[in-house]
Amino acid sequence: MFFFTFLAAFLLTVRIRRSLKFSPIYPKWRAALTASGWIIIGLWFLFNYYFDSEVNEILGALVLAGIVSYLKKEPDFKSFEVLLFAHYPLIIAAFINGVVSLAFPDFFDKWDNFFLCAQLVAFGWIFARFATSKKQQEEIKRVNERKSELEVLVAQRTAEITKQRNELQDALKELQATQAQLIQQEKLASLGELTAGIAHEIQNPLNFVNNFSEVSMELIDEMEQELNKGDREEAMAIASDIKQNLEKIRHHGYRADGIVKGMLQHSRASSNVREPTNINTIADEYFRLAYHGLRAKDKSFNAELIANLDPNLPVINIVSQDVGRVLLNMFTNAFYAVHDKKKTAGPDYKPKVEVSTHTIHTISGSPNGIEIRVKDNGSGIPDAIKDKIMQPFFTTKPAGEGTGLGLSLSYDIIVKAHKGKIDINSKEGEGTEFVIFLPA
Amino acid sequence: MKILVVDDEADVQPLFLQRFRKEIKNHEVEFSFAQSGEEALKYLEEKHSEVVLILSDINMPGMSGIELLDHIRHDFNMPPQPVVMMITAYGDAENYRQAMDKGADDFLTKPLDFNLLKEKLKTISE
Repeated sequence: MFFFTFLAAFLLTVRIRRSLKFSPIYPKWRAALTASGWIIIGLWFLFNYYFDSEVNEILGALVLAGIVSYLKKEPDFKSFEVLLFAHYPLIIAAFINGVVSLAFPDFFDKWDNFFLCAQLVAFGWIFARFATSKKQQEEIKRVNERKSELEVLVAQRTAEITKQRNELQDALKELQATQAQLIQQEKLASLGELTAGIAHEIQNPLNFVNNFSEVSMELIDEMEQELNKGDREEAMAIASDIKQNLEKIRHHGYRADGIVKGMLQHSRASSNVREPTNINTIADEYFRLAYHGLRAKDKSFNAELIANLDPNLPVINIVSQDVGRVLLNMFTNAFYAVHDKKKTAGPDYKPKVEVSTHTIHTISGSPNGIEIRVKDNGSGIPDAIKDKIMQPFFTTKPAGEGTGLGLSLSYDIIVKAHKGKIDINSKEGEGTEFVIFLPA
Repeated sequence: MKILVVDDEADVQPLFLQRFRKEIKNHEVEFSFAQSGEEALKYLEEKHSEVVLILSDINMPGMSGIELLDHIRHDFNMPPQPVVMMITAYGDAENYRQAMDKGADDFLTKPLDFNLLKEKLKTISE
């Protein structure tokens, strides 16, 4: 009966060879597997010729065990593990068969059929397991195929997504460039609004510089006359006037200087550098500029300007030209609103725009931030558009007059860049108040 | 001759006082100042009969020079009527027309030519 073990060993080599036929490791093992098949057949004939069947039974079990254990050690045959395991029952059955038939021939003869059955079952078991293992391998193969299909799909999708991402990045870059351009345009537009105001604001100090220097020259002539007359006291009085005048000249020179610097700062691209700034100075300066800007454009325009600036306002770190632009925008809007109302309101209507600054304290009493209120008694904001006024490009002004970016940029500057807040209290027909909070 | 100067710029005051130094010393002119239209009206409530000449800036916060002129011509519409000269940095036709319509006697542009102003004062005082 040792036929079973050799047959099993032979079939094992054949099966493995077939299974490997389309795998990359086939060339490596083809020769060895074919050779071992032939060697097994050769051995069977050899053993059959030389030994008794009892001994052959044991040898057959050993040959099979040898092949199985060799294959089990090779990592290339890892996927055949189930099949290889299936050979153990046959090896054990054949081995027991051989040993029992050698040691207890009588007992063996008596249970001959039983031993034969055991070997048959063990042999059959290999076939059953082979079928299962084949199924499993097919399943694995299918899964692998599906996996590679999916991988191709994933690669395609990834390529698509990468392309889309690159397109979006390009679009974003373009948008950012456009935004920068728009911001620049808005700055230029507001500079245009300012030009007349600036001209007026510079003309005034310049007039003083001219006038005070002229009058001082006259005074010096007079002083010489007084000295010649010997009126030392009068000469001293004139000298003190001249000194005062020189002080005035210097003061107005600086005033014009400050306005020019402010104008340059306003049009220049923001440096984004935060500097300790006194908001009162900026508020006052832009309040006047905005007023005179509008005033120069429309002679009929007039409004009462009220500035209630907290003298104890703490200095805070801000990008001053950015915050200045916000204030300018608020003032311009306020003046526009009162001007708008004046067109329809009766003669008793007194346009009024007020700016006030306040220190905001924490509960413990230390300064927490500052608040700037810009209040007008103008036309107010209708409820229907309250939600929209901060949106870019939203404007109620006629086409070509407003960019619609003023408040949207103000929001960006105060809320996003300075971590502050903008609140709006407005009632249609009664007026508007913008409340800006800037943290200390 | 009493002159009321209305201008929101405070430094106008020493300028006038110095420009008219001799005239003030010789008691030819006397200056009063107001920094807004409202302040000017308050001053006129009491002393309108004394004031011979009013020099007012047009462009002021609150009540403008034109409005002040309107008030002067309506509220103090009794003799002696003061001479009112309007002064503005915006020397355009529109401002001029408005000022003249409202009853201004003269229209001057900034920067003020004080020699011209003095000439004009002479004609008034004569």
